[in-house]
Amino acid sequence: MSIFTRGFSGRGRDNNPALPPGQYLTEDFPVLSAGPTPNVDTDTWEFTITTETGKVHRWNWEQLMALPTEDIHTDIHCVTRWSKLGTTWRGVSLDTLFADVETEYDYVMEHSYGGYTTNAPYEDLRDGKAWIAHTFEGEPLDPEHGGPARLLVPHLYFWKSAKWIRGLTMMAEDDPGFWEQNGYHIYGDPWQEQRYW
Amino acid sequence: MHLDGNVLAGPLLELFREDMTTATARCASCGDVSVLATAMVYDAAPGWCVRCHVCGDVLLTFVRAGDRLRIDLRGVTALELPAG
Repeated sequence: MSIFTRGFSGRGRDNNPALPPGQYLTEDFPVLSAGPTPNVDTDTWEFTITTETGKVHRWNWEQLMALPTEDIHTDIHCVTRWSKLGTTWRGVSLDTLFADVETEYDYVMEHSYGGYTTNAPYEDLRDGKAWIAHTFEGEPLDPEHGGPARLLVPHLYFWKSAKWIRGLTMMAEDDPGFWEQNGYHIYGDPWQEQRYW
Repeated sequence: MHLDGNVLAGPLLELFREDMTTATARCASCGDVSVLATAMVYDAAPGWCVRCHVCGDVLLTFVRAGDRLRIDLRGVTALELPAG
């Protein structure tokens, strides 16, 4: 991401090095969803990580809020071809949440309230590359954008950043999630333009 | 926000060469049998996600993947349309 390009966003997709191939710049934040927005109450909200032994690590909302938070400045890229540059989020790094999780598995299925799923390699969710985000541009994350909390994995197409995140399940194989079963790419690198497979 | 199932006429015409919005589909989740025109279509997504108007579960999805149109019928156990 380059701060220099942000002020010179222009209209074209050809001359902005912050835009992956085939993307155009938007100033809006389009709402994309494969279903109705679930009503997720932070009083009953829960996030889990489940490993191959069956062990379930759990956090409620209060516990999540007590964890160290990070501010994330990043560009986001949707497979429907819009990109939004220089967004600001606040959330908890998955490194923090995985700190006490023991697993030999290399893949993860993300599960959402409402039933959505998407898959990702474990290594793509580690080392400062993924967060549970609860704040967008200084405000609590709007439900239509995944509030109270969504996954943020900005180096992949944004369908990999599951809204209304509910849990992660470790997997031995890279099983496809909802859109991946239906023609979208198993990995989804916007710079490689991995839209379909 | 969703559209009603009548918007399925176009993309289903590409696949079936028939107006499928008057075809009935049986929902694999709740067993409801309704014409596709009554389904709920979530088009603001990577693909189109078509949901049962009774239980809200997924009936089918469309993805236009480059030069291919792909339909997944995971939530439909039967399709019925008038014999031509």
